[in-house]
Amino acid sequence: MWRRLVDLFTSLKLTIICLAAAMVLIFAGTLAQVHLGIHEAQQRYFQSMFVWWPPEGRGFKIPIFPGGHLIGAVLLVNLIAAHAKRFRWAWRKLGIHLTHAGLIIMLAGGLFTDLFAVESHMRLAGGDTKNYSEDARRMELAVIDTSDSDLDQVTAIPDTVLRRNRTIDHWSLPFRIVVRNFYQNSRLKMLSEAGNEARPIANQGPGAMIAVEPTPRATGVDERDVTSAAVEILPKDGGSLGTWLVSDALGSPQTFSCGGRTWMITLRPARYYKPYSVTLQKFTHERYAGTDIPKNFASRVTLIDPERSVNRDVLIYMNHPLRYRGETFYQAGFQKDDQATILQVVHNPSFIAPYVACVIVAAGLLVQFGFHLIGFSRQRRSAIA
Amino acid sequence: MRRFLPWIILVGAAGWIAANWLPPKTAKDDFDLTRFGKIPVLVGGRVKPLDTAARNSLLIIHGKQELRLEGGRRLGAMQWLTDVLFNTPVADQYPVFVVQNAEVLGLFGWEQSDRKYFSFAEFAPFLRQIDEQGNQSDKLEAVQRSAYQSAILNLRNGLVLYQRLKNSIQPEGTQNFAAELQEFESSLPDALRAARERESAENVDKAKLNEVAELIQRYEKLSEMAYILAVPLLGQDGDWRSIGDSLLHSVGAGEIHLAVSEYAMIGDAYRADDPSLFNQHVGRMSNWFIKEQPSATKRTSFEFLFNRLQPFSQSMALYVLAFLLACASWLGWNRPLNRSAFYLLLLALAIHTFGLFSRMYLQERPPVTNLYSSAIFIGWGAVIVSLILERIFRDGIGAACAGAIGFITLIIAHHLAGSGDTLEMLQAVLDTNIWLATHVVAITTGYSAMFLAGMLAIIYIVRGAFTRSLKKQTADSLARMTYGVICFATLFSFVGTVLGGIWADQSWGRFWGWDPKENGAVLIVLWCAMILHARWGGFIRQRGLMIMAIFGNVVTSFSWFGVNMLGVGLHSYGFMQKAFLWLVGFIVSQLALMAIAAMPLERWRSFCTESVSARDEHPQISSALSAGQTPGR
Repeated sequence: MWRRLVDLFTSLKLTIICLAAAMVLIFAGTLAQVHLGIHEAQQRYFQSMFVWWPPEGRGFKIPIFPGGHLIGAVLLVNLIAAHAKRFRWAWRKLGIHLTHAGLIIMLAGGLFTDLFAVESHMRLAGGDTKNYSEDARRMELAVIDTSDSDLDQVTAIPDTVLRRNRTIDHWSLPFRIVVRNFYQNSRLKMLSEAGNEARPIANQGPGAMIAVEPTPRATGVDERDVTSAAVEILPKDGGSLGTWLVSDALGSPQTFSCGGRTWMITLRPARYYKPYSVTLQKFTHERYAGTDIPKNFASRVTLIDPERSVNRDVLIYMNHPLRYRGETFYQAGFQKDDQATILQVVHNPSFIAPYVACVIVAAGLLVQFGFHLIGFSRQRRSAIA
Repeated sequence: MRRFLPWIILVGAAGWIAANWLPPKTAKDDFDLTRFGKIPVLVGGRVKPLDTAARNSLLIIHGKQELRLEGGRRLGAMQWLTDVLFNTPVADQYPVFVVQNAEVLGLFGWEQSDRKYFSFAEFAPFLRQIDEQGNQSDKLEAVQRSAYQSAILNLRNGLVLYQRLKNSIQPEGTQNFAAELQEFESSLPDALRAARERESAENVDKAKLNEVAELIQRYEKLSEMAYILAVPLLGQDGDWRSIGDSLLHSVGAGEIHLAVSEYAMIGDAYRADDPSLFNQHVGRMSNWFIKEQPSATKRTSFEFLFNRLQPFSQSMALYVLAFLLACASWLGWNRPLNRSAFYLLLLALAIHTFGLFSRMYLQERPPVTNLYSSAIFIGWGAVIVSLILERIFRDGIGAACAGAIGFITLIIAHHLAGSGDTLEMLQAVLDTNIWLATHVVAITTGYSAMFLAGMLAIIYIVRGAFTRSLKKQTADSLARMTYGVICFATLFSFVGTVLGGIWADQSWGRFWGWDPKENGAVLIVLWCAMILHARWGGFIRQRGLMIMAIFGNVVTSFSWFGVNMLGVGLHSYGFMQKAFLWLVGFIVSQLALMAIAAMPLERWRSFCTESVSARDEHPQISSALSAGQTPGR
């Protein structure tokens, strides 16, 4: 049994099957992007163990094809196992060993990145200072205790919790939060414009005048979901403070009081706070004369880090990111007629893996094919002689 | 005779090229459009000669760089543009706009007939209607548009471009522009004083003020319409203005820019049909540009030459000829034909190389910056590798591949050029020569090698299945070549793909984002890895290798074009309806070839006569490839 398993996992057939499966998966996943959008297709096809097919109108799903994680993992095991079993040192095989060692680093690095890399955004209008970046894909319900004038106490509830839990009971809050409705993507309309059928899902604050329409998840590269929810606030000492509409589309937080303190509540993109701050001095967007083709985007920012006594100006522009304290800031986009800049903030501890892997694999391939070429020309020379 | 044949063919071909390249003679008493065509202007963000602006505009509007009038007279792009700029009543009668869609014709109450070219004058009564219809389809994504909607939008855009061209140098229909400008200039001081006096509410020369105000309004409209920016700002490198804009600025400066008044006089001379006056002013302006903008003028003169030589068309013709000669060499008269093909290919490659490097000089960029240049480069790379193979094996196979791939890629490039300037400016994220020179070049070299391997496999299968010319020795060397080229492709595709990842990591913060173009690239790498592992594991032999190499064509064409047609992701360049049909056709043809290759060997004409059984086929190839055995097998 063990022998069979070893044979299976070290076989070249398995390698070829995995490669073929990877090709089919990538092809299908690429075509699926047309309808699902890059992000959704990526999650379903590449960042999963299986690709699932839900038959129409049924409650269950059937796995129809191995997903990217499964194929990648099997390939990685196959690669390591085959080399562990057959490894014998010989100069002639240097190329093959190098190539596959590089591939192992690359696959492992890819897995690591998938698990640990965090991507977020920082939107800055001219003069803005921020010490946090925001996640475009994840939301949080922030409940802020503003009674202390110097310090806000923030309790952040991730959207995954909102989606699953009906009732949220946290020790720091003198009330419970009950999620009445949750919409991953939605459109907000004023009641007066929404027609007679529409009913508000909240009865407090501006939400009482707004109708919420659920919509399918956004698929475009530049589109994102507008998440909304209706939450009821139930003080722990009894009674109700009503149902409130919280949504990404509502601008400022809503205020209420409970337990003698003033609270603010808002649904906003999840925040990652940093021990330093970034201030936008100036955003420039150059175009080629007489055209709309962008020539360059650049953000001039001031980086202030009291801990490390850093206070300096930095220019972030295309292909020239700022790397600071394990995070990298890229010029990603702009908003509002060039008044605001969007910086992509990436924390990826394994970003070095592909660089190393690329060099090793390229060297390996060169050595391997170089040997072929030498062997080939020797053969020809002897054939001619 | 046999000995001299290759040289005779080479000299003949070189003579033909030289004859094509001889500059056309302009009679002394004719308009010197050559000199006029070299004048630099700024269009699409790039300084280019007027000649390029003319060719690209005509290409966008008309689909060709030349206009054929009734009675068979041909009109060059410069001739056409000069009429558009200065003599609109004549230009409006030229049949330049292409309309083939019956529904679009029906919109004007016209029936579809043999005629597909129409003049501006014919569309003049329907402009508003065309604009409305065009706007409606402009709101849709390219993929969603019906044939009618694409056609009407195309027509609308062509008409807009045409009208902007007409208003680039002077307000359309102006008869005596130089006189108008003189009057404008002379009345400027008075008008300025009048304007100041009006502010202080004293007696105002209203007539004077109105006159100038009217002209200013006219030039504001001109500056809004202008397609060509013709006036360089002195002292500021790279900044240009349109004529209208420059005239508006001269209100403050009190004088008119020299280029503006020269253009006005050139136009007046042209309308007055006075070649010597025309040439005199063109000469003055040209001299002024040489003095004030020496580097720009040098470049535009070279670009003018490049436009005239059309190096890619010339080498395309040579590639076809070389391909035919190489194929003929397999049927008989082997050595001389083979050598002729080789010499022709060297000539074609030299011209191809000249074209490629000229583009690099003009754009100051690495060779591949867009889809068009990728086709040029893929052909170039594949031809070089094929010629190396030909030098080693000397059996005409490399030469045939070089001819076929060189021709096909240049044809593809030719059809990709329809959208206008192929030396367009680069989007901000692409604006980095290091990555363009490494990632893009490596990837496209990988494409070249994949197509070459596929071509070798096609030769193997066509010769083997349909002719008796595939001897065992030839088959073995074909297999060796294919295998070697796939190794080469693997190296470059892998390195190129990873470099792309590193570039993405540098500019977007992620190494891999599953963007369609990235997926296409990795598909090639995976396919190469599969071929090599299947070969090393002994799962495939000679024929299997060939079948897989042909499928490599499918994978590569999907990666090169297919993913762009999906219309998603950061690398998408818009949907190409026509190209889609061609791609499908190509893939079907490749699958058909694979099916033929999978026929039992008894059906193959080559092997059935030589009675090479499937078993005989194997030992040689595996010994030839023994260097590639995997460990432990």
